[in-house]
Amino acid sequence: MTDLLALRGLTKAYPGVIANDDVSLSIAPGEIHALLGENGAGKSTLVKMIYGLVKPDAGKMEMNGAGFAPTDPRAARAAGVGMVFQHFSLFDALSVAENIALGMETPPPMRTLAARIEEVSQTYGLPLSPDRTVGDLSAGERQRVEIIRCLLQDPKLLIMDEPTSVLTPQEVDILFKTLRKLSAEGTAILYISHKLEEIRALCDTATILRGGKVVGDCVPRDTSAREMAELMVGSTLATPKSAAHATGEVILSVTNLSVASPSAFGMALKDISFAVQAGEVLGIGGVAGNGQDELLAVLSGELPSAPGMVTFEGRDLAGIGPEARRGLGVLSAPEERLGHAAAPNMSLTENAMLTGAAREGLSARGLLNWPKTRAFATRIISEFDVRTPGPENAARSLSGGNLQKFVIGREVLQKPEVLVVNQPTWGVDAAAAAAIRQALLDLAAGGTAVVVISQDLDELMEISDRFAALNEGRLSDPRPTQGLDVEQIGLMLGGAHGIEVAHV
Amino acid sequence: MSRNLFDKQSGAGANPLGMAVLSPALWLALLFVQLEKRPQPSKAMAYATPVLAVVLTMIFGGVLFAVLGKDPLQAITTIFWEPIFGEFAFFYRPQLLIKGAPLVLIAIGLALGFKAGIWNIGAEGQYIVGAICGAGAGLAFYPAESVLIFPLMVLAGALGGWAWAMIPGLLKVKFGTNEILVSLMLVYVAEQLLASMSLGLLKNPEGFGFPGSRNLQQYPSAHNAEIITGTGMHWGVVAALIAVIFAYVLLTRHSLGFAIRVTGEAPRAAKFGGVNPGRLVLFCLGISGLLAGLAGMFEVSGPSGQISIDFNVGYGFTAIIVAFLGRLNPLGIVAAGLLMALTYIGGDIAQSQLGLPAAAIQVFQGMLLFFLLALDVLTNYRVRFGKGETA
Amino acid sequence: MDLSAINPILLVAAMIAAATPILLAAIGELVVERAGVLNLGVEGMMITGAVCGFIITVNTGSPTVGFIAAAIGGAVLSLLFAFLTQVALANQVASGLALTLFGLGLSALMGQSYVGIKPPRTESTPLGSLADIPVIGPIVFGHDLIVYLGLAIVAATWATLKFTRAGLVLRAVGENHDAAHALGYKVKRIRTLAIMFGGACAGLGGAYISLIRVPQWTEGMTAGVGWIALALVVFASWKPWRVLLGAYLFGGITQLQLNLQGAGVAIPVEYLAMSPYIVTIIVLVILSADKSRAPGSLGRTFHASG
Repeated sequence: MTDLLALRGLTKAYPGVIANDDVSLSIAPGEIHALLGENGAGKSTLVKMIYGLVKPDAGKMEMNGAGFAPTDPRAARAAGVGMVFQHFSLFDALSVAENIALGMETPPPMRTLAARIEEVSQTYGLPLSPDRTVGDLSAGERQRVEIIRCLLQDPKLLIMDEPTSVLTPQEVDILFKTLRKLSAEGTAILYISHKLEEIRALCDTATILRGGKVVGDCVPRDTSAREMAELMVGSTLATPKSAAHATGEVILSVTNLSVASPSAFGMALKDISFAVQAGEVLGIGGVAGNGQDELLAVLSGELPSAPGMVTFEGRDLAGIGPEARRGLGVLSAPEERLGHAAAPNMSLTENAMLTGAAREGLSARGLLNWPKTRAFATRIISEFDVRTPGPENAARSLSGGNLQKFVIGREVLQKPEVLVVNQPTWGVDAAAAAAIRQALLDLAAGGTAVVVISQDLDELMEISDRFAALNEGRLSDPRPTQGLDVEQIGLMLGGAHGIEVAHV
Repeated sequence: MSRNLFDKQSGAGANPLGMAVLSPALWLALLFVQLEKRPQPSKAMAYATPVLAVVLTMIFGGVLFAVLGKDPLQAITTIFWEPIFGEFAFFYRPQLLIKGAPLVLIAIGLALGFKAGIWNIGAEGQYIVGAICGAGAGLAFYPAESVLIFPLMVLAGALGGWAWAMIPGLLKVKFGTNEILVSLMLVYVAEQLLASMSLGLLKNPEGFGFPGSRNLQQYPSAHNAEIITGTGMHWGVVAALIAVIFAYVLLTRHSLGFAIRVTGEAPRAAKFGGVNPGRLVLFCLGISGLLAGLAGMFEVSGPSGQISIDFNVGYGFTAIIVAFLGRLNPLGIVAAGLLMALTYIGGDIAQSQLGLPAAAIQVFQGMLLFFLLALDVLTNYRVRFGKGETA
Repeated sequence: MDLSAINPILLVAAMIAAATPILLAAIGELVVERAGVLNLGVEGMMITGAVCGFIITVNTGSPTVGFIAAAIGGAVLSLLFAFLTQVALANQVASGLALTLFGLGLSALMGQSYVGIKPPRTESTPLGSLADIPVIGPIVFGHDLIVYLGLAIVAATWATLKFTRAGLVLRAVGENHDAAHALGYKVKRIRTLAIMFGGACAGLGGAYISLIRVPQWTEGMTAGVGWIALALVVFASWKPWRVLLGAYLFGGITQLQLNLQGAGVAIPVEYLAMSPYIVTIIVLVILSADKSRAPGSLGRTFHASG
């Protein structure tokens, strides 16, 4: 059987980094091919080249034996390549049908298109109404828009970039069924992920990238997750160790919390209640966009809530802003590193000042103590192994993992009474993720109440004492993590009842 | 008067010249250039770009003057050399301070707001209202003499400018109204108010029916006279210096200045850090209005002398250029303010000696802002030559 | 005071004419903003259009050629803004201000020898005898071509945005430029074209002031109409037909205060002259509560990375 797509010696360099170095691989029709690697391994650059968003510096691509060099995504789509992005390329204010029309070369009239959307969505078990505004859809539904957009063009190759990171277990199951059906019909799938069990469950072959190079090929079904992980990471990883959690008094409690979202397509929080004890890690799972950002904003003090809804050590936090909360010991780290947790163009020293002023005594009566701030930044850098030439470097010059270590380190070193973090390891390499989780566990061991909001269920199972699910702005009752299995979690996350959950 | 390109008989009047020369060249350059984001802003470029912008403006300004039928070299030396080192420099040098002070005073306030992404572009209006209030406070006591009158006028001018700027400020905080549009609309309102004042309430009763107030230069208690004769050093210059020092300390050493900078760089991060955006809006608009009001008050009580229909000459708008040219940095603004004052004075000389139209100087100033904004890209991006990448 | 001097029919007809410059500038800016770009240089492009149209009309004797030149002048000036914001990635607010300051200076320079000249008359009543119908005639049919052109541009903009693929792509670019880029749309090219369209419309609007409304050339004669047009786009929630409504409202106020000035109402002229600006502020306050309709990428700089 001839290859559908063959890549030979693709190389792409950016200033200071070789994103892809002599990468070769081939995909046969109907094959589900995994592209496995850590963040920064070069997966995204590789698929951007296939999709015509980036031009390779060297190397060749062949499609069905003929030369293939798409100059832009349209050319790639015309050649039968479809792509579902990790961060969806959707337009919130437009309807599903309009979004899909934008991804097609010659879309039919809207009415015909709507009918075809209904048809495809039924064929592949992806229910979706063409008239709805995309901004109102859940993450899973939004992904369906992208998939249907690709399917309407009868792609020969479908590229999926980290598709399950935003899905509930039930939604993952539906997705895999769709992908298997497509594969059976002869569509090749290039499946990008760093989740090993998923790849073992779904993919026929796998190519593993590390540092921009191909470091191995394997048949996932015949290879253990451990072997793949070692290929991917290049070394064995220490799993975080949790000391026995002696939990104490309730420190932070949230009672019947309801607030509207400040953004147009955000999620309102509805009647949320929970309590966190000293020394405890509470994990809040759920797909991003279900109120995670809003919950963090309420706890950090950015989003005001009514009196009595949030209390810290029995003290009502209503009307107390972020800076005053830090003074009390309630700290937080939001999801978005660049622009929210840190100011991209400002130095690490200045970013240390951003949240450290009150607790670290970096300012006195409004006057700023820069030498002391620099020392604080240097301490974060050394204690959290942040790779940077020094505290005068801009936040945006750091890699995702390093900046995240800085952001988490900045809060952890202030010895908070309560620490709330949102997606602490999102888009972070495995080594940094492990370090961050360990830091959170150590913090809890020291008596801090830690709330971890994350969509990475494995992470939550690993570090939290109790688990609750945030879905559609509502929070389930927290339950002890021990003894919880994937089915139960899936149901807590609001998955459809009665559906068999794929154990992935 | 010599004929220029736009003279209607020449037939070439349709040429929107500035752009006709610039645009195609700029666009052509694109075919060979691509931008690469720097890992962090280049400090060297941050200092180099204003200088480069001035040089480019001189070159293209020279082209402009040549097109207008003037000797470009002579025009440029007349504008930049004559006022400081020419025969009559003793007369022009003090002017540098007189024209520079209001520009610096206003630009300092604007820069604080611009840094935080708060766009007060109605300084011209606040300048006018400051002048009206300051002059009004002084004239209310006419002809009584007291040392308290002038301080009172300073206070009134500052308050007037502050209050005028609080209108867009409060509307933005309470209703989310766009401060750019409101502050700008208020310039037109202030201009009408100025006309109404010079024709009505503040009109000189002994002015033989001419519009305009009494001349404050002839009212000792209200006169903002030179502190050292012949230097151009009046109280407005002192106020500008204080404002520069105040802004410098605020931005580098104080938490409020830090809040301003973070808000401009990353508003969400600022909010996360504990900045109250509403309060910051009120502070920035208030302080810039206050300084613009002061500038208007010092102008009306000193160099200009009276409230009249054409009292305002556009300092409030030119100060926007000054703020950007000074890279929103207090010390840079001093240099930029003096440079811009120089173009005003030199422009006047060029107008009388060479017949260079006044509007040419305005174009010249506009050009400077353009080059500055265009070159700014070099601070954050590296330019690579070669055909651009896909998409 | 003699209010009876105001003829209501002529007043309404005059309001429509007074609204036209605002309408043209605002519909152009609406397209620019729907593409995700905030161009605060409307005033500068209008005044440049005003002077270009005036000079060409005086020199050729043809207002038609003059209006075409005005549109070209506005569009060429807007290219400078496009260069700054799309290529040099400069801040859109600052660049728009620069465009206005530069346009005011440039127009003053270009027009200095045209002050005080009367331009050739622009033909009115292209609909001939229909304009003689009582009441409806002067209001509906009694205008010059540019008034109808303005209406046609509003209708065409509405239809293009709503029904065509080009309109869909434009909206998509304005909504989320990163996503549009990922789908292969040329964000900068589309935005540049939108900016030029905005410039051309503003130029037309400016020429309408210098050739028909006044008709004369004086420095800074647009007197803030460009800024009112910007406010109007917010007022209209970025919807073409509401721009029309808003333009008539503002045109109405402008005309009414002029007529009241003429009729010698006991309000000082200066306070009447303030009224359009104050009304603009009031309307902005009332409508700024709802920003949800603003295009998602409005005012943000786009640079493709990687």
